[in-house]
Amino acid sequence: MAYIPLVLVVVILAWFVAAYNKLVRFRNQIKNAWHQIDVQLKRRYDLIPNLVEVVKDYMAYEQETLTRVIEARGAALSAKGPAAQAKAEGLLTETLKSLFAVVERYPELKANQNVASLQEELTGTENKISFARQFYNDSVMTYNNAIQSIPTNFIASFFNFAQEAYFETEPESRAVPKASLR
Amino acid sequence: MIGGIAPACPKCGGINRPGADVCYLCREPLGAVPGANALAGGSSHPAMARPPLRPIPMLLFTEAARHNVRMSALLFVLLFAVFFLLGTAIGGAYGDPRTGLGLSFVLYAILGTTAYFSGSTIVLSIHGAREAGGEEHRQLRNVVEEMAIAAGVPPPKVYVIPAAGMNAFAAGRRPEEACVAVTTGLVDRLNREELQGVIAHELAHVKSRDTLYNVCAAVLVGAVALLSDMFLRGAFWGRRGRTEEGRGGGGRGNAAFFVLALLLAVLAPLAAKLLQMSISRQREYHADAAAAGFTRNPLGLASALAKITTGGAQVPGENRGTQHLFIVNPLRVFGPDASALMSTHPPTGERIQRLRAMGGVAAGS
Repeated sequence: MAYIPLVLVVVILAWFVAAYNKLVRFRNQIKNAWHQIDVQLKRRYDLIPNLVEVVKDYMAYEQETLTRVIEARGAALSAKGPAAQAKAEGLLTETLKSLFAVVERYPELKANQNVASLQEELTGTENKISFARQFYNDSVMTYNNAIQSIPTNFIASFFNFAQEAYFETEPESRAVPKASLR
Repeated sequence: MIGGIAPACPKCGGINRPGADVCYLCREPLGAVPGANALAGGSSHPAMARPPLRPIPMLLFTEAARHNVRMSALLFVLLFAVFFLLGTAIGGAYGDPRTGLGLSFVLYAILGTTAYFSGSTIVLSIHGAREAGGEEHRQLRNVVEEMAIAAGVPPPKVYVIPAAGMNAFAAGRRPEEACVAVTTGLVDRLNREELQGVIAHELAHVKSRDTLYNVCAAVLVGAVALLSDMFLRGAFWGRRGRTEEGRGGGGRGNAAFFVLALLLAVLAPLAAKLLQMSISRQREYHADAAAAGFTRNPLGLASALAKITTGGAQVPGENRGTQHLFIVNPLRVFGPDASALMSTHPPTGERIQRLRAMGGVAAGS
């Protein structure tokens, strides 16, 4: 009988350690997910000059598109702060897509093996960026759920596990287009 | 690259999930893209809004992974028990239970260690998989990397099986040393979105460590079949004569052992087979759902499964021991509505239906 309090203490302690470790794991996963996004963004910066180099000879009449891509890349590279960077990255994505659309119009470009593989690399990288963001947000959701739910929230507040922010796309892009009734 | 099902954005060329209203990349309205709802049988009702797909809670994977580790350990214990019984009974049938027991333990040790340490290598080589290097598999490697990021697992090694049939499997004890193998037929005939769905399904198996359990089960089924086969063949091809020569009073015991061994040798493979079947059905549904969560696009996988059903899922080296590893059973390819009472996989039609329901496509449409 005398053991009962002791057993109780051990059980509570074990739960405490497990819950704390879970929170640490989730928090590290968020950090890791964030770095994964950065890795993919960097890869995109590295790929773009290659693509521009390969396609520029074919696209004498499309210099404007190419310039826009290069400018957008520069802007994204030099953007300061998460909000500005997110905006610049969004712009870069759009200019890249318009470049791909242009490539579609040039049969000899489409047939070029270098262009095809660079395009596949960039498509893959674009996807990786968006999946990395998705995973980041999923991780944040799991973590936030954990630190807000009873009973882990006691541990979270005791050890200052702060809520993490979601990665959000620029607000205007989600705005519902207003339909005028008149 | 752009399939007939996934609408491509007219502005940026981004590939969207079927039925999307605006491009997911540039938010350009997609309008009525022909073929956008080919999967839904052409019925696209604007009022039928697609329910937002929710991510699969990460804890679910942790739970599933723990469960699989426990079950794999249990399998090894079970295998031990089966070998104990079979070994003694077979040994007894030949008048020497101890030797039978000893030999079966040696066999158990060898099989167990090989299964645990090189199970995936063996499975890969049985099916003639080669590492997917080279330019022609760049897209496959990219898709695997993409889905590994979405699933939050380390990128697995990618293998291709040179075969016209369409199939895929994953193996590996832990996510860190996982590998994914797909047939060249699958790579050639699926568009990028469908390939994403298949790979996401495989990575869901990796993440929940179904792969560990599956390989262990493959070994169990194989080992039990091997042992029973050895005995049954021996029993019917003359070795039995030895027991009748008599070893001084051991005759009656031998006969009892012989009956026991015969019974076990017939029953054990059946039990192993039942176990193998029970493994996979629920896991397949779970992996399908998880794949939908990773890609946020259940219709990609649904369309891939439909293509596999019509295109054939045969794989070189297909056999009963490894059939449950694949995304679609290579030995039994069902019609979309065929029921599968004795199968390792749920009927593909049912899986497609569930995926379509997740994607907001009404059943039966």
